[in-house]
Amino acid sequence: MDFPYIVEPRRDTGLYNAKLGIWLFLASEVMLFGALFSAYVLLRVGAEPGLWPHGWLNIPIGTANTLVLITSSITTVMAWVSCKMRRFGRFRFFHALTILLAMTFVGIKSYEYHDKFTHFEITLANGKFADGHVVERSADFDPAKKTGAVTIHGYEVNDEADLMDMRRPEARTIRRTEITIPAADIKLMERYGPWHHSYLAIYFTLTALHAFHVICGAVVIGYLWGPGARMWRTDPERFTNRIEISGLFWHFVDLVWIFLFPVLYLL
Amino acid sequence: MSDHEFTSPETHSVRGYLFVFVALIAGTVLTVWASYVHFPSPEINIAVALAIACTKAFLVAAYFMHLISERKMIYLVLGFTALFFAALMGLTVWSLQPNSLVHIQHVP
Repeated sequence: MDFPYIVEPRRDTGLYNAKLGIWLFLASEVMLFGALFSAYVLLRVGAEPGLWPHGWLNIPIGTANTLVLITSSITTVMAWVSCKMRRFGRFRFFHALTILLAMTFVGIKSYEYHDKFTHFEITLANGKFADGHVVERSADFDPAKKTGAVTIHGYEVNDEADLMDMRRPEARTIRRTEITIPAADIKLMERYGPWHHSYLAIYFTLTALHAFHVICGAVVIGYLWGPGARMWRTDPERFTNRIEISGLFWHFVDLVWIFLFPVLYLL
Repeated sequence: MSDHEFTSPETHSVRGYLFVFVALIAGTVLTVWASYVHFPSPEINIAVALAIACTKAFLVAAYFMHLISERKMIYLVLGFTALFFAALMGLTVWSLQPNSLVHIQHVP
């Protein structure tokens, strides 16, 4: 059974099936991310004054990841142009670059996640707060049983609000040193995970959903670069359409990040 | 078919794609720079960052996704999407107004 309009466009719409399909899908994606952006706005505006974090993420790393994704967008376009020009070798080169850039993006994101999950805020028994990355734990360290000690690379502050705005001038002069804290002095020890603050909850939700899209896009592009490329020999027009469709999805992923980067890292 | 033969008008615009790419890089650098500038109010910082992001998004959608020369059916689909997205954001902003019908009261 032959399906119509797989390659040639319908006369009335001027579109082939997959193109209409991907745009309908992207429309639903706009609403999915839109709902989460709406949640971000509500959480941010609803936060108590001075208790919404700034500077918790590494801006140079976020900028580097933005540049990686933008570069992957141009390689995706060039892969499609190469197909249109019937230059299969160039198509493979550009899409290999796209896959490498996608892996780089996910790698950098994983590093950022790891950094957050090894970062702790420690409420001390004396009412102060210690903040930093764990360097070492003694073998018997257990905050619940009050045994052992933990060493962090960080600093101490008197007020929790001092941990919120890390972009203020005073925060930039803070010297981080190794601090050893006995478990007996620890009231609460919490990782910078999604449960730590509503900012981190929406940060992990948005970026994890986005990273999932990056991985899915990379898998599809990888398939079209590898086993799926066999179609080039039998039906190059249809194959080129597939490259266009996967490219549209990839550009959408880039487009979402264009908003995520300033919203989560800079504002 | 020779290597230099083009099969679509879009392929003529490789230079245009490269121009958009450079503009996106410049936009990213500008966004980061603007975030360090102390404007008279934080709202201006937010407006500047969102204006740059919207410009970058327009470039990606218009040129990389070819929306600048797309079919009417796609515009129709995206028109409805824009309408629902605007309604969603409108509801969000409306709910933040203290006297609005949908405002969420915080119970102490």
